[in-house]
Amino acid sequence: MTDLIAPATTRKDWASDQEVRWCPGCGDYSILTAVQLLMPELGAKREETVFVSGIGCSSRFPYYMNTYGVHSIHGRAPALATGLAVARPDLHVWVITGDGDALSIGGNHLLHALRRNVNLTIILFNNQIYGLTKGQYSPTSEAGKVTKSTPFGSLDHPFNPVSLALGAEATFVARTHDMDRKHMMETFRRAYQHKGAAFVEVYQNCNVFNDGAFDAITSKDNRPSMLVPLEHGKPVRFGPDGEKGVVLDAHGSAVIVDVSEVGEDALLVHDEAREDPALAFSLSRLASGPYSPTPIGVFRAVERPDYGSLVEDQLADAAARKGPGDLAALLRSGTTWTVA
Amino acid sequence: MKTLDRVVVRFAGDSGDGMQLAGDRFTTSSAIFGNDLVTLPDFPAEIRAPAGTVAGVSAFQIHISDHDIFTPGDHPNVLVAMNPAALKAHVGDLEPGAAILLNSDAFDERSLQKAGYAADPRADGSLSGFKVYEVPMTTLTLEAVKPSGTKARDAERSKNFFALGLVSWMYSRPTEPTFEWLAKRFASNEMVREANTLAFKAGWNFGETAEIFESAYEVKPAHLKPGTYTNISGNTALAWGIVAAGQLAKLPVFLGSYPITPASDVLHELSKHKNFGVRTFQAEDEIAGVNAALGAAYGGALGVTTTSGPGLDLKAEAIGLAISLELPLVVIDIQRGGPSTGLPTKTEQADLLHALYGRHGEAPLPVVAPSTPGDCFYTAIEAARLALKYRTPVIVLSDGYLANGAEPWPIPDVATLPDLSREFGMATEPNKILADGSEVFWPYLRDPETLARPWAVPGTPGLMHRIGGLEKSDGPGSVSYDPVNHDLMVRLRAQKVAGIASDIPLVEVDDPFGKAELLVLGWGSTYGAISAAVRAVRAAGAEVAHVHLRHMNPFPSNLGEVVRSYKRVLVPEVNLGQLRKLVRSEFLVDAQGLNKVGGLPLRRTDVELAIASQLEMLRTEGR
Repeated sequence: MTDLIAPATTRKDWASDQEVRWCPGCGDYSILTAVQLLMPELGAKREETVFVSGIGCSSRFPYYMNTYGVHSIHGRAPALATGLAVARPDLHVWVITGDGDALSIGGNHLLHALRRNVNLTIILFNNQIYGLTKGQYSPTSEAGKVTKSTPFGSLDHPFNPVSLALGAEATFVARTHDMDRKHMMETFRRAYQHKGAAFVEVYQNCNVFNDGAFDAITSKDNRPSMLVPLEHGKPVRFGPDGEKGVVLDAHGSAVIVDVSEVGEDALLVHDEAREDPALAFSLSRLASGPYSPTPIGVFRAVERPDYGSLVEDQLADAAARKGPGDLAALLRSGTTWTVA
Repeated sequence: MKTLDRVVVRFAGDSGDGMQLAGDRFTTSSAIFGNDLVTLPDFPAEIRAPAGTVAGVSAFQIHISDHDIFTPGDHPNVLVAMNPAALKAHVGDLEPGAAILLNSDAFDERSLQKAGYAADPRADGSLSGFKVYEVPMTTLTLEAVKPSGTKARDAERSKNFFALGLVSWMYSRPTEPTFEWLAKRFASNEMVREANTLAFKAGWNFGETAEIFESAYEVKPAHLKPGTYTNISGNTALAWGIVAAGQLAKLPVFLGSYPITPASDVLHELSKHKNFGVRTFQAEDEIAGVNAALGAAYGGALGVTTTSGPGLDLKAEAIGLAISLELPLVVIDIQRGGPSTGLPTKTEQADLLHALYGRHGEAPLPVVAPSTPGDCFYTAIEAARLALKYRTPVIVLSDGYLANGAEPWPIPDVATLPDLSREFGMATEPNKILADGSEVFWPYLRDPETLARPWAVPGTPGLMHRIGGLEKSDGPGSVSYDPVNHDLMVRLRAQKVAGIASDIPLVEVDDPFGKAELLVLGWGSTYGAISAAVRAVRAAGAEVAHVHLRHMNPFPSNLGEVVRSYKRVLVPEVNLGQLRKLVRSEFLVDAQGLNKVGGLPLRRTDVELAIASQLEMLRTEGR
């Protein structure tokens, strides 16, 4: 069987027969397209691919992929996917989630999937709003957000999902946005190829309940001056003419500077492979929300044994030491006596 | 030496006094000696409650006999009390005239005060109805272990072995099993082994030479059925049953679990058996535990989660998802006193209605309940069988009493266990030809006999499909909001579970002469107390029938007919009448209850009195 090469697939092969039911103009469409276009390029097999989701608009995603898929319950996708990935290390398991699903009701599961480094590709659609329940503020909504449930403005301080993932010591952390298919595909490709838990935050526009939330940074005009592309081994630099850059100050905080003032050599050179997550964390703090220059790309990509492989190692080790399980012997492993 | 047919011993002391260990050792030597036995550990939820207080008392009761017995005994014949608090906590349970072995070193003023005694009970006449033996256990232990070189503070910790040695002498227990165990357990710590061995011998010798005991007793071996036995607790039996189910189904086992009393021992035991391909996952919480197990089941494993009441609350939503996804899942609930945190270390049977109905929507699932520690093994296998065959979550209702209690268990011949791999199959190819001739896979096209849907695991080419918690169309399994379809799917899921009634044994009625007018109907861990009570009532010449349920949902198909055929039905339960409510609503039978929720198993005498009262009413009615 090793000689067989999987027949090449096309985008069509990855689309299910289900009608896509997101609102017209939703950013989810472009993410779906990016994933469907990417799968053939990755040479992935549909039968070995599973999309697991929770609840929310984004979590309808699995229905639209012609793969195996589970649309589970609110917040629990990382937990269900953990069981699947650990039981079946041969599969490629994706988790599709949103800001409410992953960071509010399911916050605990996301953190633990990341710290365990379960072999999962986790895509978090962040639109900074609850869409499916029709427009309440989410854990990533900006403070003061006026919504149906916060007519006088939200009092909650928002999460920064990238900081959160780094805080959980995720081994792969990236950010992309729904307006740039090429960047999305490249980011998803890196996430897919990462062994262990890969976390990607996608800034995604909800054109019904939070339209334009990311316009300040993702609109075509604003991108050059507001998106800070992170590229491994390169100075962190942005602006229409690369006139802005990032340096670390004396406290280790990333700050934006004019390149002309500090000189090119003073710029921070991005190192996604650095074991210490502090550098990536400083970069994640550069912007507190999508209103000021915001880094996108891979913040962190380090190697650490993935959870499923460690589980397999323990099973193999136990079998090597004790031999394969012998049920009759197990039942007699305590003190026994015989009644004639 | 005097011969007894049975004796009930209770070891009681501070949480740190090693009473559970002493009890365990006494159990093992009694088992090896050949007695029938039943045990009842009883310990506080706190790991170390304030030393010397009644709240911190830990106890272990064992009933040994020369004939088959069902319960740990209602009233101890012997109490070992390591301090005043232990005496205070347990003296009220003793049989009149019982023997009390006191550690007299522990009866100083301060300890008496901590236990809440205003006056020394040894002097105020309150123990006059008992045979009190005052033994300076601490002093004698310290003296005895000196040759081992153990420091005084550590040496005192061996006093549980002194007590064990003394009680072992009183009941002529074999000593070899204890010495062997000590040698093995402390192989790498010679000083501790030596200290415990010396303390045990000192206790034994004290009994023999002190001349304060009239004589030692003997409880002859019981005539148990021939076979090889081991001593097994309910939690170990559940864990072994799950390992066995995986082997019998030829599936890898995946346990997703979160530590909770009194279920954690199942996780501990299963985590030892990785060489059987058992994956154990200690999740971040109860919810993750069940969801991970369900994810593993989706991937083709035998998914299992273990918990107790508070955890079952948290798992409810995921169990509902499993019902909707129609995937096999075994949910083990070791019931404890509730509601809320309740009584973590005490037993109760109050999760029955929760197991049956504790989910939103119409969400039926099979529920099974073991009746003895050893039966936990077979019940786990039966739960797995139902889950795999009908692609449904199944709840196993054990409880704290079965979990920690132990009994001699005839080890089954593995070849006689059911071959679960024949009960189900996994989908390998498309199952539907459409009008245009194309072959497709419909994840909700059911087996006409079992109504189970196909189990198509990821990795199978051509069977890719998407399923979720949204309602699905009958057959294709696509998302459907159609009212007619939803009504149909609700009914199909209910029918599937109800149909299991034809796949489980009919209830067996224990009614030797078929003349009884009173039926005692029980379930789960009350089996022992009810069986013992029924035996006692019959020995006194009365007629009474006994039915004990294992399948709580669906009920065996003849249960209605059986309960209706008796003039009176008595349902003893460790709750406020949950099975009774079901029997009344299902069968329109005016069943009566015996309900005690004290965190302890029912006593034989409780059931005996309730039976007597029911029989009296029958007589009155008959007049």
